Amino acid sequence: MDIIEAKNIDFYYSDFHALKNVSLGIAKNSVTAFIGPSGCGKSTFLRLLNRMNDLIPDTKLAGKCLVNGEDIYAKGVDVDTLRKKIGMVFQKPNPFPKTIFENIAYGLRVNRMGNKEFIRNRVEESLKAAALWDEVKDKMNRSAYDLSGGQQQRLCIARALAVKPDILLMDEPASALDPISTAKIEDLIFDLKTQYTIVIVTHNMQQAARVSDSTGFFMLGELIEFSDTKKMFLNPAKEQTQNYITGRFG
Amino acid sequence: MNRKLSQKIAFWIFRILGWAVVGILLWILGFIVYNGIGVISLEFIFDSPRNGMLEGGIFPAIVGTFCLIIGSMIVAFPLGVMSAIYTNEYVRDGKISRFIRMMTNNLGSIPSIVFGLFGMALFVRAMSWGDSIIAGSFTLGLLVLPLVIRTTEEALRMVPDALRTGSYALGASKLQTIRYVVLPTAFPNIVTGLILSVGRVSGETAPILFTVAAFFLPRLPSSVFDQVMALPYHLYVLSTSGSNLEAQRPMAYGTALVLITLVLIINFTASLIRKYFSKKHGAV
Ligand SMILES: Nc1ncnc2c1ncn2[C@@H]1O[C@H](COP(=O)(O)OP(=O)(O)O)[C@@H](O)[C@H]1O
Ligand SMILES: [Mg+2]
Repeated sequence: MDIIEAKNIDFYYSDFHALKNVSLGIAKNSVTAFIGPSGCGKSTFLRLLNRMNDLIPDTKLAGKCLVNGEDIYAKGVDVDTLRKKIGMVFQKPNPFPKTIFENIAYGLRVNRMGNKEFIRNRVEESLKAAALWDEVKDKMNRSAYDLSGGQQQRLCIARALAVKPDILLMDEPASALDPISTAKIEDLIFDLKTQYTIVIVTHNMQQAARVSDSTGFFMLGELIEFSDTKKMFLNPAKEQTQNYITGRFG
Repeated sequence: MNRKLSQKIAFWIFRILGWAVVGILLWILGFIVYNGIGVISLEFIFDSPRNGMLEGGIFPAIVGTFCLIIGSMIVAFPLGVMSAIYTNEYVRDGKISRFIRMMTNNLGSIPSIVFGLFGMALFVRAMSWGDSIIAGSFTLGLLVLPLVIRTTEEALRMVPDALRTGSYALGASKLQTIRYVVLPTAFPNIVTGLILSVGRVSGETAPILFTVAAFFLPRLPSSVFDQVMALPYHLYVLSTSGSNLEAQRPMAYGTALVLITLVLIINFTASLIRKYFSKKHGAV
């Protein structure tokens, strides 16, 4: 069974039809990339999966979205618990104006997970998993704002990992970063997929090809094609996909 | 006239006007210091007025102003911060928050003497608190409420939304997000608002006239239901009434100097607090 199943999703920002009849399934412990021209609905779809769109006023959703077989939009679902299980990393690094340690500990504290000792261990573990530990282990009490952009983004990844989510959503996590930091994030995605299901939005097709197992191509709110990444890039089924990945779209 | 020259002239006009503000401030300060420094002594600061206010000091007025600052902040701060949190974090409807904001601004434009009248009717009479620290604190608290609300709202608006979404994405509730991310981030700027309010409160005369201020009361207050002397009102009394206005004048300048120094010390302390917290949390 797929860990994420979207069935006939339609989504509206007031009158604007942002997602049109989108259906797809995502396998556990895989990396799925969403590509497509900007404004096609990639972020909107990603935010549906942890109900971040709930924060935007005047939106409407039709269709079903199942995570681990359960409808996440059913009545009685606790949104805070859902978001703890589905972590998210944003386009621009958004560390809290707190110390490096407190940034990672934040999710543990608000979810009332564990005692001091537990939190300290989990902070270290998460920073190691995000390949940041060696760079920050001597300055845990410094402000997160003292880190470089790339380090801040890995801090945000560590922060998301600390609460042990099942799924990690990443919305263009490297688009604000330099090539070296980008490479580090990509390596990281590779390491993380043994333990997490990762869904990543990227406008960079090489990146999608490098890191993902499956790729979905969105255009104007529709999921044009969704398939194995190799197949998608070598032999796409749709002409629109072919045009987009060869740079001849529009 | 060529562009370079007009550029230069404009620059000089801006420069002169910019420094003029500094000049005016220094002039006022210099004037007060020059006229007031002569009477400043330990006795002046730590003693009660004696001999028809021609001798002794202003200690009761210093204590009184201090009590009113603390009291009015206890009234205005929680109320103002909570109100700002409500309009900025909870109200999603732009119309409602605009309405609340408009009313807040209107409250802020009511002349302070009207607050005095209202405070007398409500706190002194209706609540039967009499002329007292508590009545004066509530009156002054209401007076600065709009200022506290406005500065707190600005501080909250400066907190980037990305921090809020980052917090929600980790499973934090709205209340946790406000408590652990929004408020700490906004705190240095909220403190700035607090400083402005303290400055405002310590200098107001009209609202305390009918609600707390005593003309002459050498005894220190022993409860919140006591009257007190206050620096701005004492200054007014020294300059307008009494046995010998001419002889009282140096005392008046001395009082003004103490009042200004008090406000400057508060500002300075608060900016230290602000710096400390900005450093701790990183600037936003
Ligand atoms: N908060 C919002 N309110 C209204 N329209 C929005 C909002 N967010 C996105 N949209 C619109 O929805 C469409 C899809 O946006 P988005 O999902 O951000 O695209 P992508 O991430 O693929 O660039 C765009 O046309 C965008 O203008
Ligand atoms: Mg996007």
